[in-house]
Amino acid sequence: MSHPRHFNLLARVLHWSMAVAILAMLFVGAAMVVSLRYREALLDLHRPLGLAILLLAIVRLANRLRHPPPPLPADLPRIQAMAATASHWLLYGLMFAMPLIGWAMLSAGAYPVELFGGVHLPPILPHSPVLYGFLRPLHGVLAYVLFITILVHLGAALFHAWIRRDGVFEQMTTGGKPE
Amino acid sequence: MPAPSSPRGPLLLLLPIGLIVALVAILFAWVGGWFGGKGVTPQAMADTAEASGSPQPGFRRAHSKGICIVGSFVPTPAAGQLSSARVFSQASTPVLGRFSNPGNDPHAPDNKAAVRGMALQLKTDDGQEWRLAMNSFPFFASSTPEGFQALNVARLPDPATGKPDPEKMKAVLARHPEIANFMAWSKDAPTPDSLANTRFNGVNAFRLVDAQGRERVVRWSMRPHAPFVAADPERLKNASRDFLAEDLDRRLAAGPLRWDMVMQFAAPGDPIEDPSRPWPDTRPETRVGTLTLTRTEAQAGGPCFDLNFDPLILPKGIVATGDPVLHARSAVYSESFNRREREISRGQARTGSAQ
Repeated sequence: MSHPRHFNLLARVLHWSMAVAILAMLFVGAAMVVSLRYREALLDLHRPLGLAILLLAIVRLANRLRHPPPPLPADLPRIQAMAATASHWLLYGLMFAMPLIGWAMLSAGAYPVELFGGVHLPPILPHSPVLYGFLRPLHGVLAYVLFITILVHLGAALFHAWIRRDGVFEQMTTGGKPE
Repeated sequence: MPAPSSPRGPLLLLLPIGLIVALVAILFAWVGGWFGGKGVTPQAMADTAEASGSPQPGFRRAHSKGICIVGSFVPTPAAGQLSSARVFSQASTPVLGRFSNPGNDPHAPDNKAAVRGMALQLKTDDGQEWRLAMNSFPFFASSTPEGFQALNVARLPDPATGKPDPEKMKAVLARHPEIANFMAWSKDAPTPDSLANTRFNGVNAFRLVDAQGRERVVRWSMRPHAPFVAADPERLKNASRDFLAEDLDRRLAAGPLRWDMVMQFAAPGDPIEDPSRPWPDTRPETRVGTLTLTRTEAQAGGPCFDLNFDPLILPKGIVATGDPVLHARSAVYSESFNRREREISRGQARTGSAQ
């Protein structure tokens, strides 16, 4: 059975552009909730970037389903393989959940969901203090979960690159070693 | 060919990996204000508002007592020339709003309220939204959120005496001298005897942008049609706890209440980012519309209660200035909203009658 040796170009472009976008998003989010002066400016960046990440996540999932990723090295210890699978599911889940929760919580808080220049998204939930009061803290908690998962993912990627040197890292950078 | 399971690189490389991960984490914590002097935060300002009285879960951290109001806004023909905001060209826009008293006690007696607030939400047929938060004072207490925060901290009771420490207040006035102007105003200004004859001022400056993209810096106010009558201090002492709402309902039973919205234009050199410094009364003004209030509702269960009247929710055609107090208001209102909605969500909100 033949397996791809690397992620296809679209997967790699999406991976690295989304890495930048999601990290930027997390830092913007962390800064804006404690800022007295730049909250609005950061929020104006946060909303359209969040929608962009949601749209990219849809393209990415579709691409992944059509182009299965290369398998993990056969000799990877079971626990590491399980951690890799679980963290990737978590990353995908949060890529979808975070923008949707953000959109939903603004809807529940009766906030206009403005993207830019007066372009608005429609509400996806009715105005509800109970839902807003649940979703707003959830958005914050999951942001931390996403950030920690990204740190673990980064550490594991560097572990593959520098210590195991098993080609896993290169599958997402240069396209992997030729056959 | 399967890769060997033993590492190929030296395990010492775990060190730089750990370092890189730790650096990203530390940077994130710094940006999020976990350490390093970030100055005043929205959380600190909300904390101070909470500390000014007993906890009132489920209510606004400031201006907790309020009444929901319903009405409409009709623009003047002149308004459409000043701003492309739909609210100035649409024949009439429904208004949902809220009158409020200062402080964090939603059951405070009205006769203690020296200043009052008027907040409005206007949603036009083009899907745009405008939220306004105005006050009965003509200018803000401080030119910066830092000054306002220092003032509110100095007003908190000292644990030793149960009263504010006058030395702290002196220190605040030395660092933020403009606050003395506000104190002088509050000492002398007569309190109107009704919300219906109270003028409400948007103390922060905004830019109106017309269809050609021209900008004009303005401050707006809502000027009551009902003539000003100062409250009699003696009658105020014995006034009922909710006399403002009772008065409003009595007046509304006789007919709608109206305010003219007036734009005051800045002259070159006028302070536009300092809400503690009013512009001279000689600055040109234009009436841009009339607000008509037709009925009130108790805020408990009312339509205005779970709205954040964030003054930076602006329609196309109205743009915020860099006024730091304006931006801080938006940030602190958001924090207050998050806290009270969380309390409501967790069933911790205090129930019972609340005006």
